[in-house]
Amino acid sequence: MNTIPIYAPLLLDKKEYLTSGHRACQGCAEALAVRLVMKALGRDTIVAMATGCMEIISSSLPTTAWQVPWIHVAFENAPAVITGCESGMKAMMRKKKIREKKINFVSMGGDGATADIGMGQLSGAMERGHNCIYICYDNEAYMNTGIQRSSSTPYGATTTTTPAGHDTIGQMTNKKNMPKIAVAHEIPYVATACPSYPFDLIRKLKKASEINGPAYIHIMSVCPTGWRIDPDEAIKYGRLIVESCVFPLYEVENGEYYINYIPEKIPVKEYLKGQGRFRHLKESDIGRIQERVDKEYSSLLKIAKTGDSSECK
Amino acid sequence: MDKRTIGVEVSIAIAEAVAQADVDLIAAYPITPQTHIVEHLSELVAEGRLDAEFVPVESEHSAMSVCCGSSAVGARTFTSTSSQGLALMAEIFFIAPSMRLPIVMALANRSLSAPLSIWNDHSDVMMVRDAGWIHIFTENGQDSYDNIFCSFRIAEDPAVMLPVAVNVDGFILTHMIEPIKYVSDKLVKKYLPEFQMKDALHPDSPLSMGCFAMPEIYTETQKAREEAVLGSYDVVVRAWKEWGELTGRNYSPVETYRTNDADICYVTMGSLSENAMMAVDALRNKGEKVGLIKIRLWRPFPFNDFFSAVNGKAGLIVIDRAMSFGGPGGPLALELRSALYGKQSAPQIVNFIAGFAGRDVTRDDFMSIMIEAKTRFAKDDTSGYVFYGVRE
Ligand SMILES: Cc1ncc(C[n+]2csc(CCOP(=O)(O)OP(=O)(O)O)c2C)c(N)n1
Ligand code: SF4
Repeated sequence: MNTIPIYAPLLLDKKEYLTSGHRACQGCAEALAVRLVMKALGRDTIVAMATGCMEIISSSLPTTAWQVPWIHVAFENAPAVITGCESGMKAMMRKKKIREKKINFVSMGGDGATADIGMGQLSGAMERGHNCIYICYDNEAYMNTGIQRSSSTPYGATTTTTPAGHDTIGQMTNKKNMPKIAVAHEIPYVATACPSYPFDLIRKLKKASEINGPAYIHIMSVCPTGWRIDPDEAIKYGRLIVESCVFPLYEVENGEYYINYIPEKIPVKEYLKGQGRFRHLKESDIGRIQERVDKEYSSLLKIAKTGDSSECK
Repeated sequence: MDKRTIGVEVSIAIAEAVAQADVDLIAAYPITPQTHIVEHLSELVAEGRLDAEFVPVESEHSAMSVCCGSSAVGARTFTSTSSQGLALMAEIFFIAPSMRLPIVMALANRSLSAPLSIWNDHSDVMMVRDAGWIHIFTENGQDSYDNIFCSFRIAEDPAVMLPVAVNVDGFILTHMIEPIKYVSDKLVKKYLPEFQMKDALHPDSPLSMGCFAMPEIYTETQKAREEAVLGSYDVVVRAWKEWGELTGRNYSPVETYRTNDADICYVTMGSLSENAMMAVDALRNKGEKVGLIKIRLWRPFPFNDFFSAVNGKAGLIVIDRAMSFGGPGGPLALELRSALYGKQSAPQIVNFIAGFAGRDVTRDDFMSIMIEAKTRFAKDDTSGYVFYGVRE
């Protein structure tokens, strides 16, 4: 089985559905994540996207980077928009107004769109049980409006609305656990992924597209601009966040947790250092972060079985 | 034509029309006084009388968002709201027409908070006046029922492709039981062909909708939006004409009542018109030369129809059921004054703000308004507005 990753690239769709020429910053792992997601889902997909970096960079009139039907309506409502697409098409197919076809209905948003302003609409879409996939591209802040904090910004990170200063260390609260909130909706499939582990990400998206009912995928998407790292370091930091167990790769099928990759668990410090947004942290702050990571990771290990890890190497 | 006349609550009749129009999707969130419309639709779907997706969303913001998605894939789409619900969906209400999505909405007009009031006025629709929807006002149950069909026909016309709001006065109309002449499904099929959207979202012909615009292109998109709204006028008139031919019930952008030789005319929108007609009759019996002008099409505004209706009149008494606070008065009077500005021998306008939040404007009120208006005309005191019937 260990040889599968070597063959996996050969099996990938050669077509690009998010094409080059878009306006993402150099080295943006969020754009890479979108591209991989679209490779996994293929052409029979309709995408509804929230306002944010990925919408702005990919749809500047009169151009578009999208090779699949794509719609943007507003910041907080991509999950509602896609449920409209799904339900409208379902009715038309049932009434034979259009031909039957299996289509992936996918909505996407950043962590702000997902965990903050759009959470009610995401919750509604999951609760109503539409056959749709939701993807959160988590770059841990509102990047499109200039690096403001979101509820997905980690403790200690400096942003333009939680600046580190004499009296604060930046973001004062812990990151909201969105995958857990999705799991609480008792939907059939929830997973975390990261484009630094592309084949794992693709496998999870393919799985989500085969599942009947709502699926939620939380993708850690490194943003060199907001994290204050060099453009060629996004893949490296995607690996470090997983290796340090800050962002574990797992999937939750009908409530059962499966961990996909058990890393060697490097110290969190290895991941934090070098990122401008954590530059101001003192040893004691890092100690506090390490403690929390240890606690969260061990509680995940307690409830998780070992799942398919062949594609995380 | 089916001659069935049934005594029915207007909300139920509206829902029956939506079902007869064979909608594919209804997005629903309850708010008084539109609730009965979506409740009845949910029953029709539950009983299998209507084959449609009924999406009970978690807010009006989502209702309009679901409508956008559904309409973008080419499904015939309906929703309904009022007041605070409209305020909550306002963000998406503006986006739907700019994306040329032919959604139809029954807007059960209701006052806005605060104080909380569930009764009727036009504050809600005036808040979104400039969004780019086509706005029709109805006067009674029959025309509320009829205009659902006309609205789908207008919205989905390839030359229009804009959302349409059917403004129905909350309670005063929505909760009335009126005799309604239902049309047959056969007539509906003839009048309202199956909707085939040219540029729908589909994997076989990908396209991007709702893109981002740089300054060098945004202005052009807004000009196109304006042209679409203005251009819908001819289609609206044609849709009403054909409806009239099929049913004998005729609607036009500006309708008049006993105006031929009138010197002074009331100008109203919505259900006020029926009481105004009674006042006109009473005054005519006393020998006064008065009439009534009803604005049925609010957007696109029918300037030419309005000009012909007011031609030769000395004065207009414009009744507004909404207010532009700190501004020049009610939105209707404000627009009519501006339309007539600089026109030779234009009638004078006095503006009355009346009927806020369900307060009755009876025939007698219209008659006292006439007395007060006449003194103002006589004194040449026609600027500003009168907050009618305020207890002080
Ligand atoms: C209702 C509303 N409020 C605020 C904004 C401004 N806005 C646009 S994108 C954005 C932040 C996006 O952040 P996120 O969802 O994390 O995506 P990212 O840009 O980081 O990929 C904000 C605040 C908006 N478009 N709409
Ligand atoms: S700001 Fe960050 S997420 Fe946005 S395009 Fe640039 S690198 Fe990507």
